[in-house]
Formats: sequence, C-alpha cells, structure tokens
Amino acid sequence: MGRHVVIDGSAGVHVPSPISPVVQPRQTVLRERGQREVFCGLTGIVWLHRKIQDAFFLVVGSRTCAHLIQSAAGVMVFAEPRFATAIMEERDLAGLADANEELDRVVDELMARRPDIKMLFLVGSCPSEVIKLDLSRAAQRLSTRYAPTLKVINYSGSGIETTFTQGEDACLAALVSHAPQAAADAATSLLIVGALPDIVEDQFRRLFAELGIERVDVFPPRKSGDLPAIGPNTRFLLAQPFLGDATLKLEDRGAKRLPAIFPFGAEGTTAWLKAAADAFGVSAERFAEVTAPGRARAKRSLERSRGTLEGKSVFFFPDSQMEPSLARFLSQELGMRLAEVGSPYLNRDLVGGELDLLPESTVISEGQDVDKQLDRCRAGRPDLVICGLGLANPLESEGLTTKWSIELVFSPVHGFDQAGDLAALFARPLARQAQLRV
Amino acid sequence: MKLAVWTYEGPPHVGAMRIATAMTGLHYVLHAPQGDTYADLLFTMIERRGHRPPVTYTTFQARDLGGDTADLFKASAQDAYDRFQPQAMIVGASCTAELIQDDPGGLARSMGLPIPVIALDLPSYQKKEAWGASETFFQLVRHLAVRGEAPRTPRLEGGRPRCNILGPTALGFHHRDDLVEITRLLTQLGVDINVTAPLGASPADLTRLPDADFNVVLYPEIADVAAKWLEKTYGQPMVRTVPLGDGATRDFIREVAELAHLDPEAALANATARQPWWSRSVDSTYLTGKRVFIFGEANRAIAAARVARDEMGFEVVGLGAYNREFAREMRVAAETYGVPALITDDYLEVERAIADAQPELVLGTQMERHIAKRLRVACAVISAPAHVQDFPARYSPQLGFEGANVLFDTWVHPLVMGLEEHLLAMFRDDFEFNDAAGPSHLGQTAAPAPVDVAPEVSAAPAGPAAIIWSPEAKAELAKIPFFVRGKATRNTEAYAAAQGIALIKVETLYDARSHLAR
Repeated sequence: MGRHVVIDGSAGVHVPSPISPVVQPRQTVLRERGQREVFCGLTGIVWLHRKIQDAFFLVVGSRTCAHLIQSAAGVMVFAEPRFATAIMEERDLAGLADANEELDRVVDELMARRPDIKMLFLVGSCPSEVIKLDLSRAAQRLSTRYAPTLKVINYSGSGIETTFTQGEDACLAALVSHAPQAAADAATSLLIVGALPDIVEDQFRRLFAELGIERVDVFPPRKSGDLPAIGPNTRFLLAQPFLGDATLKLEDRGAKRLPAIFPFGAEGTTAWLKAAADAFGVSAERFAEVTAPGRARAKRSLERSRGTLEGKSVFFFPDSQMEPSLARFLSQELGMRLAEVGSPYLNRDLVGGELDLLPESTVISEGQDVDKQLDRCRAGRPDLVICGLGLANPLESEGLTTKWSIELVFSPVHGFDQAGDLAALFARPLARQAQLRV
Repeated sequence: MKLAVWTYEGPPHVGAMRIATAMTGLHYVLHAPQGDTYADLLFTMIERRGHRPPVTYTTFQARDLGGDTADLFKASAQDAYDRFQPQAMIVGASCTAELIQDDPGGLARSMGLPIPVIALDLPSYQKKEAWGASETFFQLVRHLAVRGEAPRTPRLEGGRPRCNILGPTALGFHHRDDLVEITRLLTQLGVDINVTAPLGASPADLTRLPDADFNVVLYPEIADVAAKWLEKTYGQPMVRTVPLGDGATRDFIREVAELAHLDPEAALANATARQPWWSRSVDSTYLTGKRVFIFGEANRAIAAARVARDEMGFEVVGLGAYNREFAREMRVAAETYGVPALITDDYLEVERAIADAQPELVLGTQMERHIAKRLRVACAVISAPAHVQDFPARYSPQLGFEGANVLFDTWVHPLVMGLEEHLLAMFRDDFEFNDAAGPSHLGQTAAPAPVDVAPEVSAAPAGPAAIIWSPEAKAELAKIPFFVRGKATRNTEAYAAAQGIALIKVETLYDARSHLAR
C-alpha cells in the first residue's frame, strides 16, 4: 500500500458526537466585572490583512479606531497597508442616509486607488454599532455595485462586542457564509481554521499529507478566491481557541468540529494532529511513525528553555483567550507553576480540554477588574507576568518580569517546529533579567 | 466620512490623556468602551513610562447600553476616587460614549466628591488630539487658577522675576529635554520658574499660576489658549516665540528680558550654540540652496522654516501643517517663503506635494519619513506625532542653544556629505562608489534603489503641452547625482516650458543650466 491512505466518503471516519458535553472546570473560576485593559477586535486587522493577500479592511469608525490600529501595528509598518478607516464626522451622525452615501463614496475612492483588491471587509466599530449603521446592507449594496470583481463582507470588530482576538473570530464567521457549499457526497475533507503564519500552515499540510489525509484546506485562505467548499463532509480543526462564533457558523453549514486541545508544544500538537488522524482512520502505527520526528524535535527544543522556566510561577492577564492553552503548555511541558490564568472569556466547549489538564489548584479568572487583578499580581510576586502593552512597563518598573502577550498572537508559535520558539518567548524576559547588570 | 490610511493626530481624549499623564495628583475618568484602553500603550511603550496613565475607563459593553451605563460611570468614578485619592478629577467621554449622551460632567457633579471635578467637552467627531490637549489644559487652568479675593503672592522687593513655563506634556515631541534646556536658559538669565505645567505640575500647582509675572508658551498648540486666558484674567503677558534655532532663541531671550526688565546682553554674549559656526564653516558650503520641504505641527514647521533658510542656507520649497488651528499663521509664514501653505491631514496629499516639489531634504513627521523613504529623498523628523525614536536615551532637546546644535546634526546627517557629493559628481560611473550606493555613512539600508525616477517624475507634472525628454538628454540627466537630479529635472522643464521647447535635448539641459546661473 502506498504512503497515502485514501478516504472514501465518510467510511472509516470517526465522527465525534456533534454535541460536546459542556465541560465544567474543576478549578475555581473567578468571574470579574470592572475595567478591562484589553484591545478591541479591530486589532485583528493587523494580522488578518497580511494573511488574506487580496483583501482590504475598511473600518467604519472614528478617529480613535484609526489611531488604535496605527498604534497597535506600530506606526507605519507598511508602506501602503491594506487597511484604512472611514472616519465618521459630525454630519455622518446627523442622518444615516447620508452616512450610507458617504460610505459608498469612500469605497469608490478606495477602489479607484486599489483596483487590485478582490475582497473588501467593512468592519463595524463601537460608534458605527451605537448609531446602528447597517453594514450588512451596505455590504450587499456595494457587492452588487462592484460584482463580480469585488466581494464585500461585513463584520464587527467593535470593542463593545469583541475583545482582541474575537475580531478574527467575527471576521472568519462572516467569511464562512461566502464559502461555496460542498456537495453532500463530496469526499471528506479536513479544514484547518484560524489565521496561521504561512510557514506553519505549510508544515501542517506536510504532516497531514504524510498521514494520508489528502484533502486539506485552510481557512482563511491566502487568496480570497480560494475559499474552500464547506459541507457535511467537512471536518474541521481549530488552530486557535478563540474561534467560537466561526465554529457555530461552520457547524451551521454541516461541518463537524474535531475536538482537541490546541497545537502548542509537543503534547498539544500531538493531540491536535491525533484528533484529525483518528477522524480520518489513520492507524496508530502510521501516526506514531509520521509524528515521531517532529515530536522529538519539539521536545528537544523545549530543553533549551526548561532550565529558565521550570519551577517558576507565571501570571496571565486576560488578553487573547489563548491563556488556558498557553498555561497548559507551560505547566505540562515546561514545569511552570500557574499563579493565575486570566482570560477575557472562557469558551468551555473549546478550551475545556485544556482546563482539564491544568492543576486543580490553578486560579482561573474570567473577565477583568484590572486594578484588583494588579493587586493580586503584586501580592503574589510571580516570576513572570504575561500582560498587554499598557501594563508591561509599569509592572517592570515595580520589579516584576513581563512578557507582552501580543507577541504570542503575532509570532509563529503553533506546531512541533515552533514549540521551542514559543518556550523561548517566555524564557527570554527571564534570561534577559538574569543577564543584565543595570 | 473621510478615508484615512494614517493619521497625524489621535482623537481629542488622547490629548486630554497627555495632560492628565503629564501631571501629578490628577485623575481622568473616561467613559469609553474597552478598546479605548489601547491609549495606555502610547505612554507605557512609546514614551516608556513606568506608570500607567492616571486614567480609569468605564469599559462599557454592548449589554450595558440598555440602561445602566450612567451607573457604571458613577461606580467607576467612585472607585477611582477611593483608590487613587486625586487632588482633582477630569471627566469626559470618548467618541462612543459621546453618542450615548450620559453627561459624565453632570453625573460626576451629582456624586459630591470632595475635590474639584472638571467636565471636559471634547467633540470627537470634529476635533483632534492637540485641540483636546489644549482644551483640557485650558479648562484645568480656568477652574483651578482662581484667586478669588486672595491676593497674588507678592514678589519680594528686588527679588527675581518669575515666569510660568506652559505647554510641555506627556508624549510630547522632545518636551522632556526642551524643558531642561529652557529652564536652564531662563534661570541663567535671572528669571525664576514659578510653575511648569502641565508636565510635573499638580492641581495645587496650577492654583499658583497667577503668582508669575509672565508666561512662557513653549508649545502654542497646547498652551496658547490657557496663556491668553491668564493674560486676560491676571494681566500676565506671554512670550510666544518658539526658541527653535539660534536666531529664535536669541529673540526669545530678548523678549523674556524685556518682560522681566533684565539686560539680555550677558546671556546673548554667553550663547553657547555651536550651530552658527558649524553653518558658517566652509565644510557646510554644500548645504547652500538645498531644496527642503517642511511639514508638521504648524508652530514647529513655521519655526523650522526660519532655521532652514536663515541658519542652514536651504531653500524652502514647501511648507505645511496638519493642524488647522494655526492655519492663518501658517499661511502668513508660507507667503514669506514664496510657497503655498499646505494645510491638510491627508498624508496622501502630503505625499503628492512632496513628489511635486522634488526636494532634496524633507523635514517632517514620522509619516513624511516614510514618504521620503519611498521617494528616496533624505529626511529628518522635526515634529509630533511622537514616535519611540523621539524619546532617545540621550539628552536631545530641540529648543534653545543646545537644541540648535541638535537640529544641525539631525538635519545634516541624512544628506550626502560635502566632498562625497563632489566625488560622486566627478566619477559617476565608479563601480563601487556611485550614487546608487547612497551616503556612505548611512550604510546599505539607506541606499536608494538603482531606479532612475527622474524621467517618470517628469511625465507626471507635465504642463498643458507635454514636455518630452530625448533619450540622449535622459541619459545625460542620469549622469547627474541623484540628490540633485530632481532639481535639474525641474529646472530644465521649467526652462523648456518658458521657452516653448517641447523636446528636451542635451543642449536644452545645458541651456537651462546656464540660463538659471545668471
């Protein structure tokens, strides 16, 4: 038999029960409501616009929105970025009809400048949501006007509805309805969901090919024209834990999620690949054979950081919803102690498996009251604090060691061959502190 | 609606944050959704501040919009008061909260906090960051610098004159070091500093503002409005010359001396700037007539134009600002340099204007740095918006005599140096030392790509009758070093247009050169 296993229809494919049991974490969850020191969903544009290479993201918002993206992206990273803001002005607030006309004018202006754009996202913001500017109607209107050269899609990245990575979730959820429908008798295919760095995506594709899983698509695609067909024979693996709404939309299309912990570290990546292997009937031997080299490389690369991280305590401020997964990686694979694992939101369906792997004594917090959380952090004096850019330097000046959480979203950290890099991201601040004599 | 790719200024509440963060003992309660907390990183990352800005955000969510956002605001304000115990509080709304009309000022007043609470009305859909900073500072001064019946603390008989220094903020473009430089200058001149504000001042300090004899306004975009109010209310005159460059610093000293009834001559004689001699020394001859395009905050751009022409010997070929508040002053200044004033916050428009003017040096903001990079023109950053590079570890003021030295270095550094320029002109085809390699002291990254932009550029600003370059003339033009090629192109085309020549030949190029030499 050849190296590739051909899957015929859904024969031999194990489909997990569509209704995942709601996992109640064993740990105590501290739910907090107060000032949240987090980005809004617009921030996702910074990486999404690099991922989908012929898409443009137009925020319909205020000067604050434009300033946020510019500041989050680091001013002027890109010569001609594929994102911009339609800044609402006083007269746009007076009448919504005018706001729609104005939006059409701005899109015309944009398309005249960038005729190469094939997909335009109209991204809702706090002010556009509050004045109830209907961007879905605007997207339909503009899609008709620019058909067939341009597809116009809307989603909201507003801070009143989305926190940081939820912007990607909202974007992908909106994108699902534009994907073609796969035929009911289409061959079973695997869909990797979540914007991954291209190099990581290619690594996963190679692994799945070696496992004999032939039809593998990624979502979002690099080109807007390559949206994969989705249907009842689509099995999907989430590459990121924050894709709850996209999951629901995919399930609406009949696609079935393969529940798994997330591909961070040797263990996370193995478990994640295993979920697909099991669903596609890959034998245990083949799985072990294919994954052994990567798994060994991952484990070896973790050793470099182990000495720095093992036994040290880590405190997560809420940021990306990746916190339970990263905490599991640090605790399970590097022997770190978990002081507090904060997450803006715990989607128990998606991260339940991660929480199961955390020590029972772990303090898990959901939501935020930043001043109270800072009090807890200071009192506990953790060895390492994972937090946003607004908190990092103030905590450093108090003698704590920090790691900016945004880097964990922006860097290639998934999979076997990035496990060492992921560990190094956490080890570097501690190693630096040990090295500096200033 | 306005299409914005990049913005020069943040929203007005970020201006208010710059004031609050600059001060001590003041807290800002901002009615805003969670995403607006990004603004903290401007201060903690760009400026590397070791403290969070003294700002409490209500971070309301969609589910709060039904009804209890007003209660949320009051709870946040109470928590902030209890936790931070400020001397005074400013309250306001960001763009989204402005739409839900909760009236933070009224809500805060109804709470009866035992401190002054100042409501800010910063219209987010009309105004921008610098205006927000100016308005916030003005409101603080107007509410706190109130003497009532209390007499001013009298100056001691024969005591030194006192002034306030107004304008430096958090996230200010080199404000930290400017303040050191100007404080030293004033002190040496014999003037005491009564209060510096907002940077480092507390609300209590602001109540002492009326004790000064006069005000020094270092950054008019921040402090002009407040200083005018102090002038009207307490009869304090103001010094408004921005001491940028040697000449303006000397004017500044004379202006201060006159208000303080001091003799400026000793201070002027002791002036320490090296910049005038660096400019006069023969090594700088090559700077003469370099075409410079200046764009930035209006007051800074106007002051820079004077330095560029009078102290560096450049030719100002473009002048503009992104802030409309000083459009009138900008237009007056532009007229004296014989250029139109470019007043816009659309960076694409600025890019077009720079491409058309074909400068050899751009003095601008971080935005223009990128424009210049794209157009392969040298650039130095002279103005806000502040960037992480504008907070150097070293002492680097822009104002005063040391500031003049810094300007000389900063502006000259991106250019090809004198003798190198000549050598490039002499041996244009040298295989390793040619203009495509860029200034030798800037390394490979600064090297312009070996693309001959001149003929493309010449096609763009074609007049009514398009002027065509013959292949020979184009080749001859390519022999001119890149940093003067733009100037030669422009001059030749202007000459050809004036002479009614449609086809530029090699001799047209030289005819133009001799014509313009007269």
